[in-house]
Amino acid sequence: MISELAAWLIFLLPLGSFALIAFLIRPFLARELHVLAGYATIAAIGVSFVLSVWALGSVVEGHNAEIGWASHEWMTVGEFRFTVGILMDPLTAIMLFVVTGVSLLIQIYSLGYMKGDDGFARYYAFMSLFTASMIGLVLARNVIQLFVFWELVGLSSYLLIGFWYKRPAAANAAKKAFIVTRIGDFGFLLGILYLFFNGGAVGGGNPLDIPTLNEAAKAGLLAGSAATWIAVGLFAGAIGKSGQFPLHTWLPDAMEGPTPVSALIHAATMVAAGVFLVARFFDVFAASPAAMDTVAIIGGFTAIFAASMGLVANDIKRVLAYSTVSQLGYMMLALGVGAYGPAVFHLFTHAFFKALLFLGSGNVNHATGTFDMRYMGGLRRVMPITHLCFLIGGLSLAGVFPLAGFWSKDEILASAWGGDAVSQVVFWLAIVAVFMTAFYMFRAIFMTFEGEFRGGAANDPYAPPDGHGVHLAESPRVMVVPVAVLAVAAVVAGFVANSVTDLGVIPIHWLSHFLHADIKAFNIPLAAISSLVAVSGIGLAYLMYRPGARSFSFASVLMRPAHAVLVNKYYMDFLYERVLVRVWFYMRLAFALDWLDKSIVDGAVRMIDKLGRSLGKPLALPQTGQLQGYGMVISIGIVIIFGVYLIWR
Amino acid sequence: METQFHWVLTVAVFLPAAGALLIALAGRTDALVRVIAGAVALAELALSIAIFAGYYRDPSGLRMVDRLPDWIPVESFSVQYFLGVDGLSAPLVLLTGVLGMAAVYASWSVKLRVREYFIWLLVLQTAVMGVFLAQDFLLFFVMWELELIPMFFLISIWGSGRKEYSAMKFLIFTLGGSAFMLVGILVLFFSTGTFDMTLLPALIQSKSLLLPIGWVFALLFIAFAVKLPVWPLHTWLPDAHTDAPTAASVMLAGVLLKMGGYGMVRVGAGMFPDVLADFAPWLVALGVINVLYGAVVTIRQTDLKRLIAFSSISHMGYVLVGISSVAGVAGVVSPLGLTGASMQMFTHGAITGLMFLLVGIVYEKAHTRHIPHLGGLASRMPVFAVAFLVAGLASLGLPATSGFVSEILVFLGTYPVWNWPTALAVFGIVITAGYILWMVQRSMFGQRPDRFDNISDATPLEMVPVAVLVAAIIVVGVYPAFITDVFAAGIAEMMEPIRQAAMAAAG
Repeated sequence: MISELAAWLIFLLPLGSFALIAFLIRPFLARELHVLAGYATIAAIGVSFVLSVWALGSVVEGHNAEIGWASHEWMTVGEFRFTVGILMDPLTAIMLFVVTGVSLLIQIYSLGYMKGDDGFARYYAFMSLFTASMIGLVLARNVIQLFVFWELVGLSSYLLIGFWYKRPAAANAAKKAFIVTRIGDFGFLLGILYLFFNGGAVGGGNPLDIPTLNEAAKAGLLAGSAATWIAVGLFAGAIGKSGQFPLHTWLPDAMEGPTPVSALIHAATMVAAGVFLVARFFDVFAASPAAMDTVAIIGGFTAIFAASMGLVANDIKRVLAYSTVSQLGYMMLALGVGAYGPAVFHLFTHAFFKALLFLGSGNVNHATGTFDMRYMGGLRRVMPITHLCFLIGGLSLAGVFPLAGFWSKDEILASAWGGDAVSQVVFWLAIVAVFMTAFYMFRAIFMTFEGEFRGGAANDPYAPPDGHGVHLAESPRVMVVPVAVLAVAAVVAGFVANSVTDLGVIPIHWLSHFLHADIKAFNIPLAAISSLVAVSGIGLAYLMYRPGARSFSFASVLMRPAHAVLVNKYYMDFLYERVLVRVWFYMRLAFALDWLDKSIVDGAVRMIDKLGRSLGKPLALPQTGQLQGYGMVISIGIVIIFGVYLIWR
Repeated sequence: METQFHWVLTVAVFLPAAGALLIALAGRTDALVRVIAGAVALAELALSIAIFAGYYRDPSGLRMVDRLPDWIPVESFSVQYFLGVDGLSAPLVLLTGVLGMAAVYASWSVKLRVREYFIWLLVLQTAVMGVFLAQDFLLFFVMWELELIPMFFLISIWGSGRKEYSAMKFLIFTLGGSAFMLVGILVLFFSTGTFDMTLLPALIQSKSLLLPIGWVFALLFIAFAVKLPVWPLHTWLPDAHTDAPTAASVMLAGVLLKMGGYGMVRVGAGMFPDVLADFAPWLVALGVINVLYGAVVTIRQTDLKRLIAFSSISHMGYVLVGISSVAGVAGVVSPLGLTGASMQMFTHGAITGLMFLLVGIVYEKAHTRHIPHLGGLASRMPVFAVAFLVAGLASLGLPATSGFVSEILVFLGTYPVWNWPTALAVFGIVITAGYILWMVQRSMFGQRPDRFDNISDATPLEMVPVAVLVAAIIVVGVYPAFITDVFAAGIAEMMEPIRQAAMAAAG
């Protein structure tokens, strides 16, 4: 069984490689040696991955029970003890496997993608920090500890989205990501405060200890409005991090970061953290029907809302970004209808195919110098391996049998089917999302890989001037192999991890058993329906975007107003940034208070100052400095005093 | 009451003044002046670390006492010379030592009237140390007033902009406040017959005072409120900070404001727990106003120093919010709020001190603090940019920096007492993230104007105090027990009367 030290090392190793790069490699080594930063990161995360596999094995060996390690004291104030510790349960173990595994592949890929970048060492320092923060988040046993890493994940993504800080768009996107997610964290923090306030409800234990909290919720000690408020608060944080409606606006902009960063954010870290958070406190959510319905409805709505914007995006990474938001909505709706196992299963499979798709888009960018699909086309012949992998990823995402995405998506649909009214609604939302997903994904595939090449960066007026430029060729091996590995995972991960038949080594429904989740029997009619929906989505994309189709702006001509709404992201960026922040907050509220401060508050001070001066003026008049005058006054005074004295006596 | 001397604290208080005297007598060349000042500040830093470490090993009670019972005999009573360190003051002594060193260090390039400059800077440090260590109220007051003189000259001679105006404004505001405080102190003295701050808490409860206790509290509180500063008594602060030289800004934001918060906890909570509990609704309201109003006004600022000054108003609001938790809920008071408030003083001192140091460096290199004129500096000043970002992130309360620890303690401590006001104060973290990141972005990121093409990064020498503060902020953020243990011990010793007051209020 894995030791506690080894478990801590999973987190400490990437943190160590961050420190090594930040304090040694980057400041003191010559630029040619900065490649060591990449190797250090890969080595650290590689060992973390091995240890994570060990951890996973240990949990399996221990009959899928939590490995209990005592917490350590962090800070004590009076009778309040704040602790840190590791919670090694099946959810943590499976997340560790995903996070370290996907991150490892992305780090290897980055060796090629970031080659020659000025900030190569800085890039790997941040990537190490990012991975370490996410691992810390997954391992956390205490709510405050979890919040600490939650914020550090936010910090890392801020640093990486704004990696090319000289580009104003990147700096803006980074700031936006941090602030928008912080609005969610405001709710998260209030949830923690509320939980702490109602600490007695967990029955004597430490309310900030996550297992204690979940136990209390399961035992019915924590219920009613207390559970609802705590869950809603936590969910606010998840909405921010996972880019759920209405805090989704930062995610598409976050594409300003280097592509492997997008892959990491969208597959294994950051946005997955939101879903993980709800899964982590699932018993608390389950104790509150109102909170569950909120999660289901927000998730279901986001699934189609984000997908609809993906239908018209021309930037391949933005298509994938909307796709992620939509898929996360899927996971949320699954959690909301109580399907804990399927949600985590989908998180698991999604990590592989989404990382694959992002890295694939990185390869495409490497060849064309642009992300705008209108200037791509015909890449299938130039980069056959990338095309094949990307196609697999697309099919898996669309949920085509028998790829990974099919199995997890099907479990979610089966869970939503036949439940209460909310479940019914989100089931249909999910079906619509299946159609949209298949459509936008194959629209992207046709625009990118089929037809004739349309010039790449050379024709794209918005291509960054410091970009790669056009050199049509398959990417170097270091970038292709990780993609190919992910492609294998995107094919088999679903069937192998949670197989509907006994595979011998791996028993039937292994993942569901492992997570102590309900088993959903494979529902063949539902699977047929969802497959049919997916295939029709692909078919529509073929009709509209196949080579030689009338025009790939066909849809926009036909439905111009709807198209405008979608392209403008439902005008929500406009509403938030222009109307609310710029006009109402900055130009009205802040302006008014600033004016108030200068004119009224400080004005009152100046008034008092003036009052003092004007009072002093008449008093100062006799003070002429003329000695004769003073002498006269003194003489008169003496005479008066003397006179008074004489009379008085 | 016996005479007893450990000498450590006396040396800590008067070493800077002795250094100032030495400079006055022997500081023939500017170089020699700097060397003396640097050596004194270094010794003072070592001493403050020693005091803190000595206290940290066993944090309890009043320790290292220096006491001369009949310092100034007044009729049958006497003014004592009485210094001592306890859990509340030990971290602030450490902070003063660190920032004092940073301030002297940051003044290396001062060219104007060097000798005088360092004399004032060192006298300032004596006064601040004296405030944190004095256990006799009159001595406390003397030190409190002594601090004004050097700060007035530092701003009015070595400042910039409307420096005379700002210095005078600072002086009059603080003097106005301390006039009330003196009356309060004298009322206490004539009612109880002592200035001894260790005896006063019990005596105030048992004796009848010459004035209603609420008035006495108010007289003292006004002085602290000006210093902290509490809205609407804050308008001296942006002017003073903006026009002060770097070192004075560092000291002003880093330790002088903390004198106000320290007074509120030591005197307000320690001597008047019942009045403070009654006053708590106002306290939390003012605290929330400070937090939100300060944050919203901050976002409009375009001068780096002014921006940080307004952010200080916002951050000091958390001190008020934390202190307001003494009202308790149903007679139960947790020490979290007061510990958080104290922690916020320490952490804000380190963070804002660092901020002003960094702005000083930027100003020296770019010759402007006007944010729209800056931009893109990170590409030429990468090391500096990292420090600037760390300071900003700590200021917005990012976990793993000390800023988070104090904020979470304040929130956890106060939320049970004041649900909605605390929730409003928590929203401050969103606005703070907004102005901090926007400031960092506008000054460090984006396109670099051509005129900064030859700007150079901070030198390793300049980065020494910066690195020390960055390290302190992160170490305390990662393992806060270093500081919280000491504060918590100090607060624990004050809690009993506060609990009783809350219980009495709850019936």
